[in-house]
Amino acid sequence: MTARIGVITFPGSLDDRDALRAARLAGAEPVSLWHGDHDLRGVDAVVLPGGFSYGDYLRAGAIASFAPIMAEVVAAAGAGLPVLGICNGFQVLCEAGLLPGALIRNAGLHFVCRDQRLRVESADTAWTSEYAAGAEIVVPVKNGEGRYVADESTLDQLEATGRVAFRYVGGNPNGALRDIAGIRNEAGNVVGLMPHPEHAIDPLTGPSADGLGMFVSVLKSFAAA
Amino acid sequence: MNDGMSEQPYAELGLKDDEYARICTILGRKPSDTELAMYSVMWSEHCSYKSSKVHLRQFGDKAPETDVLLVGMGENAGVVDVGDGLAVTFKVESHNHPSYVEPYQGAATGVGGIVRDILTMGARPIAVMDSLRFGEIDHPDSRRLVGGVVAGVGGYGNCLGLPNIGGEVVFDPSYAGNPLVNALCLGVMRHEQIQLARAEGVGNKVVLLGAKTGRDGIGGVSVLASATFDEESPSKRPSVQVGDPFTEKVVIECCLELFERGLVTGIQDLGGAGLSCATSETASHGGSGMLVDLDLVPLREPSMTPVEVITSESQERMLAIVRPGDVDDVLGVCTRWGVLATVIGEVTDTRRLQVRWHGEIVVDVPPASLADEGPVYDRPFARPADQDALQADTSAALARPKTGAELAETLLRLAGSPNLASRKWVTEQYDRYVLGGTVLAMPHDSGVVRLVDDSDRGVALSLDGNGRYARLDPYAGAQLALAEAYRNVSVSGARPLAVTNCLNFGSPEDPDVMWQFAEATRGLADGCRDLGVPVTGGNVSFYNQTGATAILPTPVVGVLGVLDDVNLRVPSGFVRAGDVVMLLGETYDEFDGSEWAWVTHGHLGGRPPLPRLPAERQLSNVLQTAADERLISCAHDLSDGGLGQTLVEAALVSGIGVSVTLDGDPFVALFSESAARAVVTCADADVDRLLEIVADHDVAVTRLGRTGGDAFVVTGEFALPLDTLRETHESTLPRHLS
Repeated sequence: MTARIGVITFPGSLDDRDALRAARLAGAEPVSLWHGDHDLRGVDAVVLPGGFSYGDYLRAGAIASFAPIMAEVVAAAGAGLPVLGICNGFQVLCEAGLLPGALIRNAGLHFVCRDQRLRVESADTAWTSEYAAGAEIVVPVKNGEGRYVADESTLDQLEATGRVAFRYVGGNPNGALRDIAGIRNEAGNVVGLMPHPEHAIDPLTGPSADGLGMFVSVLKSFAAA
Repeated sequence: MNDGMSEQPYAELGLKDDEYARICTILGRKPSDTELAMYSVMWSEHCSYKSSKVHLRQFGDKAPETDVLLVGMGENAGVVDVGDGLAVTFKVESHNHPSYVEPYQGAATGVGGIVRDILTMGARPIAVMDSLRFGEIDHPDSRRLVGGVVAGVGGYGNCLGLPNIGGEVVFDPSYAGNPLVNALCLGVMRHEQIQLARAEGVGNKVVLLGAKTGRDGIGGVSVLASATFDEESPSKRPSVQVGDPFTEKVVIECCLELFERGLVTGIQDLGGAGLSCATSETASHGGSGMLVDLDLVPLREPSMTPVEVITSESQERMLAIVRPGDVDDVLGVCTRWGVLATVIGEVTDTRRLQVRWHGEIVVDVPPASLADEGPVYDRPFARPADQDALQADTSAALARPKTGAELAETLLRLAGSPNLASRKWVTEQYDRYVLGGTVLAMPHDSGVVRLVDDSDRGVALSLDGNGRYARLDPYAGAQLALAEAYRNVSVSGARPLAVTNCLNFGSPEDPDVMWQFAEATRGLADGCRDLGVPVTGGNVSFYNQTGATAILPTPVVGVLGVLDDVNLRVPSGFVRAGDVVMLLGETYDEFDGSEWAWVTHGHLGGRPPLPRLPAERQLSNVLQTAADERLISCAHDLSDGGLGQTLVEAALVSGIGVSVTLDGDPFVALFSESAARAVVTCADADVDRLLEIVADHDVAVTRLGRTGGDAFVVTGEFALPLDTLRETHESTLPRHLS
């Protein structure tokens, strides 16, 4: 049976259709999920897409983290459901306490959109198994509040336990501490990153097809299970 | 009620004596305060096109035969058939004056306004572009204006989830006190989804949806957009609207769901003139009447007067006409999206627009008198007294670089000049990836987007203008802007189909300016006829001047083309070393109005390059055929800065160098701005077939050299390392604007 990847639409989500397209291209059945429902519709994995949920009012991701569906996401993530937060989705995961740290205003104060080189630091998560550890990929980054920050002890712990998932290479676009572009939880089922793998699924419309690997990784994790 | 003509403040509202008298004649009485306010905004230059109408008619009268227009001029935006049952709608609009007063909000709401125009046609908005003009880059106010405008365009478009796929940024002293912010939006729909702004069906409900109505943007169209700036401009800040892209995003999704489910019979956005415009236009175009209860309009501030409510330009609002039986469903969809929706009135058979406030009728007018039967002026125009002297002052006497070192120095200087330097500082602030359909964006010559997921069909768009050319000869200048946009679309491999335009000029009350406008519209209409591409809509922005000094006349032209298969698109940068580099088209000694004359001598005079429209068509045919047969790896048009700048840009996109050998005068070859030219590259194996196509279309071709290496080499003249060029090209904007 085809695995089903759900993508949540919050009011103000923008890259939800792109994430659904990436899931389809990877071979999954894409499923739209609605922020106001207490229902994950039995999906095998969940993507929180990019955008400006609730206009990013208060703080980026802050209001969305209280959406009805997030109660289900938090519970399911605890039970091992693969969850990927992209950009605003990463911000929501941090606000919901599924990942540590926070994303704040870019160091340069401007929104930055560019093709970004990343190093895959952790290849043993549900979302990164298709990559070799240390592999470099090119994926667009585009955000105004993408600077990853956490206190020193949290950063040290992330490094020590191998929970930095992606790091910026060839220039840090937003001043993220220790060049961190994405992190994972201890179990490896929850991953959050600022860059946009769903915009790198076809060289015609993106800088590469490097991002597709994240969606393929999660599909293979079901096959292996 | 007021007594005596002088007691009504019509002059303060921007109405002339005879206009006021005409209102009294139409109504058979003096207007109420609310009616007067409505006439003043609807009869403003911005809304009524009263000074431009007689000239704009040429776009229809001279329109080329075409079967691609599904909706022509006169609606919110034209609709073009692009095949496979798909249609696109696109339009460019100005938000110049608000952007000077309040750069961020002015630019942001400029984007928001044009996006709602596109939504109103029933289309899903899928891309935006922006054409920006500012004073000198080192002007003390440039950092505030450029920074604010770029952040506003980006802040709104990014948050709305629309990729920004191109545009232009130009610096010239004439725009210092009056920047130009022109925003374009593109939308896609299936043919059967076209919506029209009509209030039809007696008893149908009028539903206002979106943001609450506040005191922002009161009289924006009359106070700001239809008058010249003076020293009091900062006090006009309350006339600028404030945008909330999050609300617009949910309004868009909500409206698209309403269209999809067939729940609205007519729809109109609220932009300039707010409810005055939306109610009168829908009623007028529907041939109906309308009764609106202003007390039902949700307000941000309860103390607002009826005049304020009906002229407010609060953003993110739409007016929908709904069958009574569908009202509950409409309100349900709106609730789901968190969009405020309120029934504020109904369609009547009175053919009157009636507005009630606290139980009293405060407005009772024929809707067409507001929307369609405003004043029309055939304003006097005359060739400016200094035009002959300006044209006589040619660039012929200017000192030209001669040695290889001088040519290299000139090339570098141009590549780093404000108008030719890399736009990366601007375009990096725009999301170009969202929606996943962007095939080409900056720094390519045109933006190319795939329209829908299940088809390879796409469109290419380019937006261009050149105020210096238009100053020297407005007729030719408008045609050169059209030709450049047409060429930019063609180099991507697309077939040009249709045109939109934004005509930015000084005061129409100045006969010199009016002459520029008349000449530019005539030139553009003739050019569209000759190139076979109809105008589908556009916008006129007058009163762009500071005191008595007008901006350079600036017609900005957008051309839309179609690609049957976006996989065949041609990029503007070199893609591999070893390709043959060829120049298509003929080069003449044409330097008047050029970037070279301006940058190296501060000179503006003479006559601009000759528009060569038949040659543009032939060139376009060659480029389309070559793209269809997958013969060319790169194609880049020649425009400002000439061949030298084109090769610099093509090389820097990919970091692949180029070596060329030039026949004749290398200065003319490198820097002339003759029109109807492009550089293409191809593999050795494809040269013969390409030359056949070129010969078939009677286009001149010059073999220049090859791609490769890490320098720009002109045999016998100079070799400039790409690193040096990149540093020069990319450091200018950050240095001045960061």
